[in-house]
Amino acid sequence: MLLSVLMEASLTYGFAAIGAGIAALAAGIGIGRIGGSALESIARQPESVNDIRATMILAAALVEGAAFFAMVIGLLVVLIIK
Amino acid sequence: MANKFNTFRQYLLIFVFILTSLIAFANEVDEHTSAIAQDSISSTTIENHPANAENDHESEKFDAGKMIIEHVADNHQWHLFGHTSISLPVILKTDKGFDIFSSSHFGHDGKEVYNGNNYTYELKEGNIVVVDELTGLINETATESLWDFSITKNVMAMLISMFIMFWMFGSVAKAYTKNKGKAPRGLQSFMEPLILFVRDDIAKVSIGDKRYLQFMPFLLTVFFFIWINNVLGLIPIFPGGVNVSGSISIALALALFVLVITLFIANKHYWQHVFVMPGVPVLVLFILTPIEILGLVLRPFVLMIRLFANITAGHIIALAFFSLIFIFGEMHAGLGVGVSVLSLVFTVFMGALELLVAFLQAYVFTLLTAIYFGAAIDESHAVYNHHD
Repeated sequence: MLLSVLMEASLTYGFAAIGAGIAALAAGIGIGRIGGSALESIARQPESVNDIRATMILAAALVEGAAFFAMVIGLLVVLIIK
Repeated sequence: MANKFNTFRQYLLIFVFILTSLIAFANEVDEHTSAIAQDSISSTTIENHPANAENDHESEKFDAGKMIIEHVADNHQWHLFGHTSISLPVILKTDKGFDIFSSSHFGHDGKEVYNGNNYTYELKEGNIVVVDELTGLINETATESLWDFSITKNVMAMLISMFIMFWMFGSVAKAYTKNKGKAPRGLQSFMEPLILFVRDDIAKVSIGDKRYLQFMPFLLTVFFFIWINNVLGLIPIFPGGVNVSGSISIALALALFVLVITLFIANKHYWQHVFVMPGVPVLVLFILTPIEILGLVLRPFVLMIRLFANITAGHIIALAFFSLIFIFGEMHAGLGVGVSVLSLVFTVFMGALELLVAFLQAYVFTLLTAIYFGAAIDESHAVYNHHD
């Protein structure tokens, strides 16, 4: 029954979903790298944790912005091509 | 104490186990019956209950996408629960003058036609269009000259959050004049760390010690406007739950403020770095200058997209978890009950995460705004940080 629900969705929806998935994947890699290197640098210099945290959040937000671009475009594809 | 906790944990585990196993159980039942019943159900349910004609809402198939978009998008009515909703005023400027009426004239499902003073109006996918009274066709020319100044759901929610902000900051400001030189009290002691956070960690760091004070009013306003609207949007009942800061037009207005202020305060060095970047060969300038000019607009544009998408995504996730209950509940009632436990747990978890996101987005928006301002008024161009 669940499968039939999935089958009903047209090809456009599928491509939009794949696009959103790739965007999430890329953003995940990006944010993961930022978080990982922030952890490493905090471990090396625990006294500069506040600076590193602020910069990390900023960099993560910038990466996220690119990912949301892709997500919004995927959403527009779904909403406009109906 | 530890013993009590352990027994509590055991009971909780058993409870969750029973409820989640309902899913498997219901699934099994469903598979046995659905194959036989599937064909007959779809054709007979509506015919079997002609008395239920007014309830055709219930027998209609649940459309998760439509429900989510309806709740996330702006609307002329504020839906509370069931069929109850607040009708908000519609204010239209037509080429023949103003037309003001209540949105209840469109009916609770928004399918009725209203005869205004100047034209006949109809709701089409949330937008008001002018239709011909007799034929019911859309009058294109009159629709194009229509200006919709209605107090919609978003506007109403924004007015409410404005009242909350006026009350909050009014009382805090009064408290500062009243007990001057003393320790903060009440709401004041809640707001002071936040205001100091914006001042010390956002404005001073990115604009510099000398000129940060000039931008504090704007930064504080933007920070608290976004934050309070984000948090109000997370409250599922009446005054909250509206996607105000996740509405693209409000994000656009905020981003436009940032763009206009940046362009007005920008000094000679800033423009020099945009048009003729010093120390760069002339041929490279042909590539670099268009990119820099594009960057001027792109930065506020990304600010807008980030705020809009983050907050809207939060609303969509919460609604999607809840519509899962109804999607599975349509297959089988027991399945719906089982899934409701899971989606409730997930929604609480996501809600906790969204509280963090609500603060983080206000912080990021304000921080990036402050960085753009700081770059625009930077006198020494030794260290030039480019944030796109």
